[in-house]
Amino acid sequence: MTEATDAAPYLSVRNLVVEFPTEDGIVRAVDGINFDLNRGQTMAIVGESGSGKSVTSQAILGLINRKAASISGEVLLDGVDLVAESDDALRALRGREMAMIFQDPLSSLHPFYKIGKQLVEAIRVHQDMSKADARKQAIEMLEKVGIPSADRRIDDYPHQLSGGMRQRVMIGMALVNSPNLLIADEPTTALDVTVQAQILDLVKTLQQEFETALIVITHDLGVVAEVADDIAVMYGGRIVEKGTIDEVYYRPEMPYTLGLLASMPRMDQPRTTRLDPIPGQPPSLINLPAGCVFRPRCPYSDEVPDNGCLEVRPRLLPTTPGHDVRCHLPVERRREIAAERLGAVTNAGEAR
Amino acid sequence: MLFALVIVTFLMFAILPADPAALTCGKNCTPERIEQSRQRLGLDEPLMSQLGRFVIGIPCGRYYPADGPVLTCPALSSTDKAVNGQFYCAVPCLGYSFRTGEDVTTLIVQAMPVTISVAIGAFILFLVTGVLLGIFAALRRGRWQDRTAMGAALVGYSFPSFFIGLVLLYLVVILPPKLFNGWQLLPFPAYEPLRTNPTAWFQTLILPSITLALLYAAFYARLTRNQMLETLGEDYIRTARSKGLPERTVIFRHGLRAGLTPIVTAAGLDFAFLLGGAVIVEQIFALPGLGRMTVDAVDDLDLQLILGTVLVTSVFVLIANLIVDILYAVIDPRVRLT
Repeated sequence: MTEATDAAPYLSVRNLVVEFPTEDGIVRAVDGINFDLNRGQTMAIVGESGSGKSVTSQAILGLINRKAASISGEVLLDGVDLVAESDDALRALRGREMAMIFQDPLSSLHPFYKIGKQLVEAIRVHQDMSKADARKQAIEMLEKVGIPSADRRIDDYPHQLSGGMRQRVMIGMALVNSPNLLIADEPTTALDVTVQAQILDLVKTLQQEFETALIVITHDLGVVAEVADDIAVMYGGRIVEKGTIDEVYYRPEMPYTLGLLASMPRMDQPRTTRLDPIPGQPPSLINLPAGCVFRPRCPYSDEVPDNGCLEVRPRLLPTTPGHDVRCHLPVERRREIAAERLGAVTNAGEAR
Repeated sequence: MLFALVIVTFLMFAILPADPAALTCGKNCTPERIEQSRQRLGLDEPLMSQLGRFVIGIPCGRYYPADGPVLTCPALSSTDKAVNGQFYCAVPCLGYSFRTGEDVTTLIVQAMPVTISVAIGAFILFLVTGVLLGIFAALRRGRWQDRTAMGAALVGYSFPSFFIGLVLLYLVVILPPKLFNGWQLLPFPAYEPLRTNPTAWFQTLILPSITLALLYAAFYARLTRNQMLETLGEDYIRTARSKGLPERTVIFRHGLRAGLTPIVTAAGLDFAFLLGGAVIVEQIFALPGLGRMTVDAVDDLDLQLILGTVLVTSVFVLIANLIVDILYAVIDPRVRLT
């Protein structure tokens, strides 16, 4: 989105909609998402649980059972529309062209197989290679993700490794076929704070080495500032604010993004400052109302005349180049609110 | 464990108002002859020493009628059938049947091959069909294939084996000759040992194995289905898919493997119970197996034979438990020590 000018972007998501029919009605988990991503670039998708960020990523990878959900729109990976592809074609791309790291490495690695076997399996699905060669490659990969004495550790079971090591194995397994797109679904949430930074560094380093397009899904805005070039903030299955890290993180406009930032503990504020949570609950995704999805939790919705927030669905419109916001409030008023609530944030941003 | 079982069985007989010695001596019984056989079988001794002799007899063999102290190994090396007018019962001695006067060990050894054959046949059948059906149903969850399979399983599970057995017997053995002018699909079951007549052996075992298997297969189909549904929702299955593994590998190597533990547990114990004899099925198909022998023994209040079969059955259950525990470690590396 930042430099999607000349060549077509590597990944381009257009009007992606994912719906799950349930007994209570149709759940529209992802509702018309658009974004572009180039190789070597990092995009962060931020939002609460249930905002549709994980479903988006799984839809891109084709991990959503299409018999249980209806997916429409386009996911163009290097010009190929993944939504239209067959299951077999998607399977052939998974692991080789695009790969994923999951939240909890303990439950995401198979508990009954040695990590070496799981890596070798991942290699040999996509590369015609003898077991011995694949094993060599697996050891190299484990060394690359920073596992000490990898030639011995390769015969360990997942439960014999620490959480950080397990996530390193997951990263190694995802990157073992040098995919061009890597999706990290909350890669540090299940880890100790001390390990989180290491894992993020590792992902960043490897991303640069392999020149991967990286999507980081998270609810941790600290992670975002660390790794991302672009941010998309999701709420109720839609992107509500999107832009470069400088724009969205340091000059946020959408009240939901403000709420997220205000509810985050910060090192640069006195410890007596109270955290400021967003009141209310995320919306149910069944039969969404006509207006703004965030309205019931938005403290400023009555400032918009004629019940605008209640009746008209706001569109995602640019405020400055490379910064789109979905909100009815006038731009000046949004910036005023942002300054009010996040004075410290903006200052900190400018200090950097 | 085994010892406790033996004691309990022994005590139950001590309470029963029956005199084994009277059972032994047959029709023309006189008080003298009862007394005689009572002595011969050691039934005149106190209960505790009877128990002692029985237990010692298993590893050491024993003499009838007994003399000397209870807790010595009488004759480990002796192979003579009779010494000084005593009968020698060879290791492992489980005593003599009160009813037929035969050696219990020999009776059990004769009945075992029948039971083992049926057990293995049924075991293979129910495990393969049950597990495959369960996987199939899990993959078609909520659709008509799933409902049909689970409905069939419920029916199979609900019908008693004597019903299924008799229906099968009628459909397969009795009906075809009537319909097709004497042409036989299967002859009427009459057990023959594998060594003397393999064809007849196989033919007689088909129906009992199927009857037993139907009941168990239904259970395993349900168990496997639930297990598969549980494991297929796990994170590592999603990982396997994200690696681009073929669906078959995902389901069998990643899904089934993870859901195998409870299936193995149940299968091990069920196999042990099958080895203890399938009473009803053996009765229907006239198989001279352990189950039938046990029932007859209970009918006849034949303490020695009951003790023997109880002991053998519980040994199977214990061994099966041990094997299941070992298999746990093979399947799940987290169970292994070190």
